[in-house]
Amino acid sequence: MLHLSVTELAAELSRGAFSSVELTRACLDRIRQRNPRLNAFITVCEESALAEAAGADRARARGDTRPLLGIPLAHKDIFCTRGLPTTCGSRMLRHFLPPYDAGVVEKLREAGAVLLGKTNMDEFAMGSSNETSFFGPVCNPHDPDKVPGGSSGGSAAAVAGGLCPMATGTDTGGSIRQPASFCGITGFKPSYGRVSRWGMIAFASSLDQAGTLTRTAADAALMMQAMAGLDPRDSTSVDRPVEDYAGEAGVSLRGLRVGVPLPHFTEGLSAGVEQGVRAALGELEKAGAELIDIDLPNNYLSVPAYYVVAPAEASANLSRYDGVRYGYRCEEPKDLEDLYTRTRSEGFGEEVKRRILVGTYALSAGYYDAYYVKAQRIRRLIRRDFARAFAKVDVIAGPTSPHVAFAHGAKADPVEMYLEDIFTIAVNLAGLPAISVPAGHDRGLPFGLHIIGPDFSEARVLGVAHQFQQLTDWHLQLPRDTHLSPTSPGHPPFRTPEDTHHSRNAREGAS
Amino acid sequence: MEWETVIGLEVHVQLSTRSKLFSGTSTAFGAAPNSQANIYDLAMPGTLPVLNGEALRMAVRFGLAIGAEISRKSVFDRKNYFYPDLPKGYQTSQLEFPTVGRGSIVIHLDDGSEKEIGVTRAHMEEDAGKSLHEEFATDSGIDLNRAGTPLLEIVSEPDLRSAGEAVAYLKKLHSIVRYLDISDGDMSQGSMRCDANVSIRRPGAELGARTEIKNVNSFRFVEKAIHYEVRRQQDVLEDGGTIVQETRLYDSVRDETRPMRGKEVANDYRYFPEPDLLPVVIDEELIEQVRAELPELPDARRQRLREKFGLSDYDAGVLTASREVADYFEQTASACGDAKLAANWVSVELRGLLNRENLSIADSPISATCLAGLICRIKDGTISGKIAKTVFEHLADGEASVDEIIEKEGLRQVTDTREIENLVAQVIAENAPQAQQYRDGRQQVLGYLVGQAMKLSRGKANPAQVNQLLRDKLQP
Repeated sequence: MLHLSVTELAAELSRGAFSSVELTRACLDRIRQRNPRLNAFITVCEESALAEAAGADRARARGDTRPLLGIPLAHKDIFCTRGLPTTCGSRMLRHFLPPYDAGVVEKLREAGAVLLGKTNMDEFAMGSSNETSFFGPVCNPHDPDKVPGGSSGGSAAAVAGGLCPMATGTDTGGSIRQPASFCGITGFKPSYGRVSRWGMIAFASSLDQAGTLTRTAADAALMMQAMAGLDPRDSTSVDRPVEDYAGEAGVSLRGLRVGVPLPHFTEGLSAGVEQGVRAALGELEKAGAELIDIDLPNNYLSVPAYYVVAPAEASANLSRYDGVRYGYRCEEPKDLEDLYTRTRSEGFGEEVKRRILVGTYALSAGYYDAYYVKAQRIRRLIRRDFARAFAKVDVIAGPTSPHVAFAHGAKADPVEMYLEDIFTIAVNLAGLPAISVPAGHDRGLPFGLHIIGPDFSEARVLGVAHQFQQLTDWHLQLPRDTHLSPTSPGHPPFRTPEDTHHSRNAREGAS
Repeated sequence: MEWETVIGLEVHVQLSTRSKLFSGTSTAFGAAPNSQANIYDLAMPGTLPVLNGEALRMAVRFGLAIGAEISRKSVFDRKNYFYPDLPKGYQTSQLEFPTVGRGSIVIHLDDGSEKEIGVTRAHMEEDAGKSLHEEFATDSGIDLNRAGTPLLEIVSEPDLRSAGEAVAYLKKLHSIVRYLDISDGDMSQGSMRCDANVSIRRPGAELGARTEIKNVNSFRFVEKAIHYEVRRQQDVLEDGGTIVQETRLYDSVRDETRPMRGKEVANDYRYFPEPDLLPVVIDEELIEQVRAELPELPDARRQRLREKFGLSDYDAGVLTASREVADYFEQTASACGDAKLAANWVSVELRGLLNRENLSIADSPISATCLAGLICRIKDGTISGKIAKTVFEHLADGEASVDEIIEKEGLRQVTDTREIENLVAQVIAENAPQAQQYRDGRQQVLGYLVGQAMKLSRGKANPAQVNQLLRDKLQP
């Protein structure tokens, strides 16, 4: 049952092929077996998952037919979960137990999904390889020597590795779509404001958006149906009706105008990926879509603009981690200055510190206009480029990432790592919905097709992706388990909530 | 040579909303430390701000009251600095696009003249918590109850020319926010806090370098701090020195200002627009709604009282400084039908009583209706003005009604002609030499004789009648 999509699982559960408890137990067994190698989960909550599954089975017996009822789910460890550790991949929040649930967590719980645990991620979502996590790197289920992408690498690896059928992620500059591309699954980022950010730990507030990691676009539609909607606790969440995402999956490719962005097929794109993506576009064309070359003239400015805006916002968002009220605190601070300096030096990893410094610099007196103000101007230009393109086309399609997954440690230069998101970042700067769907393999590793839609065209983007998946079977090609034999016996497969409860009083400095 | 003083004030007014600026936590004063701080106030990860609509309306109310431009679109910014009582590590404030733009406030000077003081802007921001250093031996405590309380920072133009003008402006501001019911304006509890920018120059010269005096927490201290600072700057300049632009703290014990440590002021706040909040859009409808709810303001009321009741500008000013006093006065005046008497009784006797007992007018032991009843008894001749003061004291002690006191204490004025004739006869008999002097033409002796008669009647005789009868009896 672990190879089934959410849609298929829902059908099997409803016809009684197996129970949610059986399905959940199968996932937990799989996690126990695979997680030591993949490191996809930071925390697994077996007990509460089985209890929730039993509850779902009872509800089903009473006639409850909600589509996500009893389906196992993993949350990226950036979503606050009441009483369950929420680390954001950082030592700073290693023992943080939120007294509240994120909006997304509430909604998926209300939809009846069963929470298996919390997935690994780049620290504070800052990274494109899942190597910046305090809890160690995540491995790509297709090849454990390779990275799964980031920052939602744990969620992507968990879904690709068959540890769970669906997971949440967040996408600030490509953090759902790039790992989906690297792991051969479907990753969807909705329009900014479509899903509540309440309880989702902030990296860059004006760019962060919650989304889904699933095997298929139809699964993403099911999750989105539960997650989308206005949340009065998030002032940037949007008050507009939620479309019927699954219903729009019936959208036709015939006559669909697909924009092919020239800048996405130039420099830096590997030959294998280019070939594969052109073949995928060819599939759309064969189904009746019209391919139209478009230009996004300011796209080349998106990475530099992003690396001003995102660190600037992050530098303020991460100021609250000061050792005063919760989270990591250094040992025996001499005075206030020492408390701040050592808490933050010891509690944050290198990449987080680098971005705080960059952001602080960009906002400093005398530099603000040259950096922050200019970056905001570029942001408007990028939005305008997209608006002009969408006057001519219905969706834009191209590669998600310039290449397939790379080896751990292969990109030591931060700027090289930043260029990972060259095709995805502009979408965040413009606040648009976009999806990455599996579109081929290059040297045995998957890559994705990136489909971008105009503001709040979630249904269209999901529909086009679904149609593409009716024509292709890349999304069904799961990694072979031969890569995943468990290693290092005796090493615990994951943390349990109790680990955190017990070690809360342990001295931090020793770790 | 003369020096001219130039002062601008930055006044923080705590808005009296029930909940905080960006969270639903109560703002009630005096609760146990940290009992009024929710997950947003504690800056827990993932929590987000939602603007309090009531605070916004209050800011608009203030803006309309001082004839200011209301920004159709205002923007909140993050002001970044680290301090333990600032949980998020930034204060959400407004830098470039404040809700309230340019307006003005008229102050009344001691010489009876008026002066218009420009208000540059008023912006909304959240307050910080409090650091408690005294209660703990080695550590500092943090109380976040106040963190996130809405403030309106009102920035004046450098239009004030003396400490007296600064205090008049501050009192006027106090009066306006109380009339608008947007703040209790209590300086002793920090509901109104004042920073003063002070410089001096030769008349007509360019503005001199200024110093900023922080957090002066009473009207009197504002006056004293400015006096001290002006004198200090004069001394420095007259000794050939220069004024360093700096932030200074006023020490009320030593009555002096001292520079703050460099570290406390050398901050780059790295302002940038708050991405968790959308720009605040204020439409005509909201503005008109708020405008329609505006109460009559101190200046308009002052003028109305002058015109309607024929009061002097001074009396009208005293009576309208506080809305509650003005309400009390109007109620008294209408009920007794004599505005002049009502004005006197409210601004002299009642004010004296309240000051003496340290009571606010809301807690006055004598209601407006009661005071009006007392004034009626003066007007209808039941008691004299002097006896009325005795009745007033009884009323202040919480005793019965005006009429009951008059009856019980036997204070009714004697107007019975026969009784007064007896009284007059007795006075003439007992003061024969003086009576003779009067008959001989020394008119001024009459006053003495009237006084004797009043004394004999223990103040109850009607003085006019006594006067008339004495004249008649002593007619040569």
